[in-house]
Amino acid sequence: MSALLECDKVTIKFGGLTAVSEFDLKIGDCELIGLIGPNGAGKTTAFNLITGVYQPTSGCITFRGQPTAGVKPHSLSLCGISRTFQNIRLFASMSVFDNVRTAMQGNRAQRVSEALFRGKAFRESEARIQHEAMELLKIFGLEGFCESNGKSLPYGDQRRLEIVRALATKPKLLLLDEPAAGMNPTEKQDLMKLIRFVKDKFQISVLLVEHDMKVVMGICERINVLDYGKKIAEGTPEEIRANPKVIAAYLGQDFDDA
Amino acid sequence: MPGKEKWFLLLAIAAAVALSMISGAFNRYYLGIVIDVGINIILAVSLNLINGHTGQFSLGHAGFMAVGGYLAAKVTLVWGASVPPAAQPLLFLAALLIGGLVAAVAGLAVGVPSLRLRGDYLAIVTLGFGEIIRVVFQTSEFFGAATGLTGIAKLTTFGWAWALAAVTVYVVATIVNSTYGRGFIAVHDDEIAASAMGINPVRYKVTAFVIGAFFAGIAGGLYAHHKLVLKPDGFDFVKSIEIVVMVILGGMGRTVGVILAAIILTILPELLRGVAEYRMIIYSLLIILLMLTRPQGLFTFGKKGAA
Repeated sequence: MSALLECDKVTIKFGGLTAVSEFDLKIGDCELIGLIGPNGAGKTTAFNLITGVYQPTSGCITFRGQPTAGVKPHSLSLCGISRTFQNIRLFASMSVFDNVRTAMQGNRAQRVSEALFRGKAFRESEARIQHEAMELLKIFGLEGFCESNGKSLPYGDQRRLEIVRALATKPKLLLLDEPAAGMNPTEKQDLMKLIRFVKDKFQISVLLVEHDMKVVMGICERINVLDYGKKIAEGTPEEIRANPKVIAAYLGQDFDDA
Repeated sequence: MPGKEKWFLLLAIAAAVALSMISGAFNRYYLGIVIDVGINIILAVSLNLINGHTGQFSLGHAGFMAVGGYLAAKVTLVWGASVPPAAQPLLFLAALLIGGLVAAVAGLAVGVPSLRLRGDYLAIVTLGFGEIIRVVFQTSEFFGAATGLTGIAKLTTFGWAWALAAVTVYVVATIVNSTYGRGFIAVHDDEIAASAMGINPVRYKVTAFVIGAFFAGIAGGLYAHHKLVLKPDGFDFVKSIEIVVMVILGGMGRTVGVILAAIILTILPELLRGVAEYRMIIYSLLIILLMLTRPQGLFTFGKKGAA
């Protein structure tokens, strides 16, 4: 069986700077993969390459067997790649419910003319979307906040809502960009449970970019390590923990001020 | 059974037409102002789709209005004499639609290049576009050059203005108040997040520009057949800014507020007839006061994005 997502020697250069260099990655169905690396290693850039925000300078990314070169982010989202953001990007002027509902309309659920003439098809699609959005919110225990503004939720819940919104697009691959950033230890524990739950419940693959080693080591099946845009290691959490290159990248080799 | 939105539309049109039947009984000066209010509601609500809901700062609404106004006027001027009186309303409707459609094409022409621009840059491009339109009409002999078009038939009535205002409100409100329409607000809130959620920002922006320009064109046609004279100066950027002020004063993306602001800002200058020279000063003071005290808009009851 072919991989869900495959990155083959993906490189991107911004002027003279090579942000990501010959990056290989393979994600199968229903896998939980981690992507770690020190600050500025190119993790978020790799994310933006996979989600189509950036186009690789060279190399090739395929998703479900289809090359993604030149495909716009919104089309990739319709194909089944969804994501959250490092700095939460909820729709600030919308309610919790509308945040989720908006993400459900991607697959041409509705047309302008339907919204305009309010016929039977419109009422049906509206009822169906409403039902699905509510179900999704219920699964994550957010149904009580439907009418409140997304940005008014507690921080941990905002992160959760962003994941719910990403799931509303019915992805096959979910990319989480530092979901544990700014969370306290209890919230991190909940987050780890949540990510595992999401993967099992929706039967999707998750690619997790994270700084917090406890979270990554705790839940990922395989981990990729980036440093200066290059992949320096790949393996199970145990292998990564013992890998001298990784230790060097994180703690430094020639300096003992770490 | 039609939903409550359709009832609103039908009732509003019926009321507008019924009132129009007895409009002869009203003072002509007041009637003229009330028609102005209807036209300004169309302009403000349609601009609200672009500036408020979708968050694209357009300063070219007077340009779209000019396109609609000049084309509609030209249609009735050319064919008005050859159409029997009974068919005049039909000709007027056709003229308005032609004006609206050509304005929509102009909206498409502005919308497409503007997709690469945001915020201030887009505002400058649309401003430039509006001025180009004005200058084109000012130099075109076909459209009367600097003297403009005169002798336009008085076809705009209370019924036309307010029925079309109701149609505008209906269209903008129903489109925005749907799952599809949340996309406009998503683009307004966060374009990057919107595209990651499968929303095509380009499509939404162009749609907003085209629909907004269409209704601005309709408003232009009504304006032409209400004032009976079209002059290029009437469509300079001051006019655009007047409409932008209505949208900001009413609260970006709040239809009810924008309607109220359009009503107030149309009546206000009439009340201030005695100090007409200070109108712009009062406008400016109003905006400054508003931005200091209520940056979210004057009328913010109801949910954002709701009718």
